[in-house]
Amino acid sequence: MGTILDARGLHKSFGAVTAASDINVAIQQDSVVGLIGTNGAGKTTFINMITGYLVPDRGHIHYEGRDITGLAPRDITRLGICRSFQIPQLYASLTAFENMMVGIGVVLRNAGLGGFLSRGRPLVPGHDLPAEDAAERILDRFGLAQYRDKNAQVLPGGVRKLLDIALTMVAKPKILLLDEPTSGVSAEEKFAIMEMIMKAVRAEGATVLFVEHDMEVVSRFAERVLAFYDGRIIADAPPDVALNDPEVKRFVVGGELHRIDEVQAKRHA
Amino acid sequence: MSRDRTPLVLGAILAAIIVAGLFLPPWLLFILTIGIARGLVALGLMLLLRAGLVSFGQALYYCIGAYTAGALGIRLGVSDLLLLMLAGAAVAALTAWVLGFLLARYRGIFFGLLSLALSMILYGLIVKNEALGSTDGLNVLRSTLFGVRPSEGWLRYVVVVTATAAAVIAALLVHRYLSTPLGRLAPAIKDNEIRVEYMGASARHAIHVKYVIAAALAGLGGALAATTVGHIDPEMAYWTTSGEFIFITILAGTGNVIAPFLGAMIFGAIHTVAYDLSPNTWQMSLGAALLALIVFLPDGVWSLFTRRKAA
Repeated sequence: MGTILDARGLHKSFGAVTAASDINVAIQQDSVVGLIGTNGAGKTTFINMITGYLVPDRGHIHYEGRDITGLAPRDITRLGICRSFQIPQLYASLTAFENMMVGIGVVLRNAGLGGFLSRGRPLVPGHDLPAEDAAERILDRFGLAQYRDKNAQVLPGGVRKLLDIALTMVAKPKILLLDEPTSGVSAEEKFAIMEMIMKAVRAEGATVLFVEHDMEVVSRFAERVLAFYDGRIIADAPPDVALNDPEVKRFVVGGELHRIDEVQAKRHA
Repeated sequence: MSRDRTPLVLGAILAAIIVAGLFLPPWLLFILTIGIARGLVALGLMLLLRAGLVSFGQALYYCIGAYTAGALGIRLGVSDLLLLMLAGAAVAALTAWVLGFLLARYRGIFFGLLSLALSMILYGLIVKNEALGSTDGLNVLRSTLFGVRPSEGWLRYVVVVTATAAAVIAALLVHRYLSTPLGRLAPAIKDNEIRVEYMGASARHAIHVKYVIAAALAGLGGALAATTVGHIDPEMAYWTTSGEFIFITILAGTGNVIAPFLGAMIFGAIHTVAYDLSPNTWQMSLGAALLALIVFLPDGVWSLFTRRKAA
């Protein structure tokens, strides 16, 4: 497995707050990487730098050997790095199917197909199907076929989440960045949803980086864990090693407990 | 999927005008032609409205189209209707292409007011410019078609048929555009621009393209109105003219490319009747009509033709 994404010396600060400090990570192709850390640890900043939403103050990001630092989100998307959102970003007034069709339209257009003068039904690159069929197939893979003609704004939270991720699959990403794919989903449904996402992703074939707070989900689905704390990566190892790391236990896994301890200690004092 | 009947309906409308035009009085043909001119502008506004943008200054391009037609006639003696319409559309589109680099960066009220400001700059320029006729305006040459000058009795008929044919072609092109990926991007831009960017498309580019198309249509309409009325004046760029176009677009709804023309005809009818009933307070009747429309048909007249989709 070769390196598909390589981040070197990434640094980003917002005023006095350092959101990323000397981040060095190489991601192997077709791996599944879990990003953990408390809120404000720098996970989303890391994702935002990779996808071009934020430009790092220092450092470089190489993707398939090419420097993508500072490219616009749409250019990075076109290269094959797609992301989902913590809060689903959908086209609220359109149906699930229409949401997919917009995405497929963009893919066609970026490939120079489906233009004003083109005739017939061109095959969507990467899917090798006409637009409508490609849309149906992705909806099907994510168990969304029954919501096909429902407007995105009336869909339940978990379904919106799935549709948001399904939308990223349209562009046939080589790297998929999932920002808290199971947030807002009930504890019982988490595994089922992750199972479905991973199955669909494997079917399409992509390297996955996902942000997750549930350590059970992380240990079950991630092959490698990056633990963030205070803008740094404090552990980079397989889940069983990373989650037992004393620093990770103290700052990430036990982060919540740690804070409660502190509060109680203060009360007693 | 239901069959697309729009091209068929457009063809039927053209045929109907060709036949009915032979029997209709010239004053009605005149109103029809002006309706088509306004409908062309509204068609462009519809494109922008679908992407969530309201231009309060589309009269800018209407006026540019009209003055292009007027200037070509006066300076170069060009009187061919089709040529003038194409020239009006081209100059308007070129202007919009340049201004679009600025305007495509703005959304909502900023886009609206900036477009309004630009139209009022043109108004101011024409008013202060003697060569362009200042507030008096200019007279436009009588139309010819393919080098033939129709006789007085046939002029209105020839113009309305040519205008309808041009409008049908424009509507078909826009209809086709709406089915392309770029055309389909409009409601997505309106809903969620962040997602559009993260899907690998440029919302700004898409809006720029729509802005240029809208301007070309307005220029086409402006040139048509100029040759039909035979006179142009700076009022064509005034903000109330832009307001009328927005009125028509909202009245029509964004459901179909035929809607703006229907809207323009209804606007013309309300305008004519209201003016006839009370020449001094006709704006009040127009306002009442718009109010009633917003209350009873919030999605425009076209929503009468489409069955509501269950959400």
